[in-house]
Amino acid sequence: MVNSRNTGKVNLAVTFLRILIGWHFLYEGVIKLYNPEWTSFGYLATAQGPLKPFFSILIGESVIGWVDTLNIIALLVVGATFLLGFWERFGAIVGIGLLALYYLAHPPFPWLQQLKVEGNYWFVNKNLIELIGCILIFYHPTGHFFGLGHLKKGEHLKIEQS
Amino acid sequence: MKWTRRDLLKGLGGLPILGAVWWAGAISATSNKKERLEILEQLNIRPSLPPTVPEIGGEPVRVGIIGFGIRGEQLCRSLGFATPAWMEEMKLATEEDPNNHQLEDFLKQDKLNVKLVGICDVFDVRAENFIDAFTTPENPIKRYNTYKEMIQSGEVDAVVIATPDHWHAPMSIEALNHNVHVYVEKPMTHTVQETYRLRTAAENSKAIFAVGHQHRQTLSFSTARDIVEKGTLGHVSLIQTNTNRNDDNGAWNYDIHEKASPETIDWEQFLGSAPAVPFNKNHFFRWRKWWAYGSGLSGDLLTHDYDRLNCVLNMGIPTSVSASGGIYTHNDGRNVPDVIQVNMEFPNFSTGSSQTKGKEKGMTFCYSATLGNGFNRPTILMGHDATMELGNKLSVWPDGASTRYADMMENEKMRPGVPIYQYDPAANVPDAISSATSQYFADKGLMWTYIDGVRVDSTFLHMREWLSVIKNGGKVSCGINEGFDEAISAHMAGLSWKLGRKIEWDAETETLKPIEGIDFDQVLLGNENWEMTNKDVVIGL
Repeated sequence: MVNSRNTGKVNLAVTFLRILIGWHFLYEGVIKLYNPEWTSFGYLATAQGPLKPFFSILIGESVIGWVDTLNIIALLVVGATFLLGFWERFGAIVGIGLLALYYLAHPPFPWLQQLKVEGNYWFVNKNLIELIGCILIFYHPTGHFFGLGHLKKGEHLKIEQS
Repeated sequence: MKWTRRDLLKGLGGLPILGAVWWAGAISATSNKKERLEILEQLNIRPSLPPTVPEIGGEPVRVGIIGFGIRGEQLCRSLGFATPAWMEEMKLATEEDPNNHQLEDFLKQDKLNVKLVGICDVFDVRAENFIDAFTTPENPIKRYNTYKEMIQSGEVDAVVIATPDHWHAPMSIEALNHNVHVYVEKPMTHTVQETYRLRTAAENSKAIFAVGHQHRQTLSFSTARDIVEKGTLGHVSLIQTNTNRNDDNGAWNYDIHEKASPETIDWEQFLGSAPAVPFNKNHFFRWRKWWAYGSGLSGDLLTHDYDRLNCVLNMGIPTSVSASGGIYTHNDGRNVPDVIQVNMEFPNFSTGSSQTKGKEKGMTFCYSATLGNGFNRPTILMGHDATMELGNKLSVWPDGASTRYADMMENEKMRPGVPIYQYDPAANVPDAISSATSQYFADKGLMWTYIDGVRVDSTFLHMREWLSVIKNGGKVSCGINEGFDEAISAHMAGLSWKLGRKIEWDAETETLKPIEGIDFDQVLLGNENWEMTNKDVVIGL
């Protein structure tokens, strides 16, 4: 995909993707962080598809508090690492995990009733596309191009030379 | 190491973005919260807390059940007694649909300090079912052939009456005269005269009398009372409440038991004061369809809606009632209407006003019902300042022309289409509801309430309250006065439909304004087309 001629353009495009996904995650995380009444209970309680029993476990009285906190932390981690361009591969793994859970909690399978969705989906929805975006970011980190990674020892020089 | 300005820009460029997004999110979340808090503070609505009752201590209350049909079984479950057949049925239902929590809810229900000691049912199968299900070596259950034997036995402290309507008052009066506590299903009475007699009996009795309007325990209704009392809605000029059902069960065409026969049913006792007609299974199992035993939509379902609102507004008996309707959806031999519109007038009632004194006064309560369509029309209270949708959930919307909220509306802190208050204690509780009729009752807040996110059977709470008052004294939430309002209002609706004219109430003398040449109770009990009806039904069997 990447040859010397278009490396710069690809870096730029993937960086944009990274910033936008980070933006999205961070905003979701912050909104939830500042709203103490927020809970993922309803979302998980109405989960469908093959992992429904798993999601039902998460709404247990002793578990739901942890699930909510971890969800907020995970959202903020993905947001911060993507925006800052630092540990973004770690952030990408967290993002892939989160998005996989979101996708599987309410999978857009035609035999399932679609609850509270704003569009029409057939197997593929925005969660899945964003997940693939995270995979791309994992395999093509751009923190050294735009982000704190650029300030790591030698990184900026390497880029300058290439 | 040396960084150029370009390096710093590329290295730290993400920081301002992160800061901006964080700031935007925090501002948005906190300002939404602030706006909501401001509205809530202004409204000052407090969601009601679960009812607490003093403990039902001492010796268990000895309860006798009169009538173990569909409702009788439900009431027993609320008391903590389910038949093995029901448990088995629910186990299968849960296997089929894990969201069906009926069995789990029942098993989790707190135990009440009661002992079932007797059963009285004119159908042998039901009486035997009861005994088979609940008798134990240490607590043998006795079957009484008549309610009088049970009440006079001295072995029963309290009775639960779940019979056809025409038996409610005679049984209640007999029990109260013997100081036996009563929990009677709605409607409280079947005729106007009985209503006075029952009130006198209750007033003169040492026993506690409760009418089975369990929704008085539903938290959304007590919250609604707070909302109305605080003037949130302004002057309510119109209430719309509805029945929308479209299934056999909802139209009272219940199953006819295969073992039903003149040998297994004490037909004469079932008839009681009703006209003597030959044995008829249809009448026995589907009694709600005939005025001789039931009261149709006005007694069966309007009473729920009327009392739901009377518990929120305490508006009492209407000054006048006019009703219309007919048998339009189930022309199957019944003589009670299956479509009815009832308009109750309360010209002197007001929920308070935000406008010039004297401008607003009076309210119409409009009940509209059909057994031929299941589209959910919610209960709506329409005030000058706001509209409230009332059920197990509550929503309040400000009115575009409100006086009270004019400033907030102008500052765009409130918008007509956006609720200013929502109360949905069940928002996060997925429920599986088995039938259309159950859904109908659940939406209306007639089946259960939610306490700390846990579903609780409101009938259980209602019976617990009754038992607690028996032991500790106090006042039940639906006693004789509330029952009196409910019964008279329902009878006015039934009479108006039957006579095709307005029925008026004289609040001072507490009597119906007489109409020359008309005996109200005769009209109420009258069964037009009775002969034809009965013949048709017999052939139909």
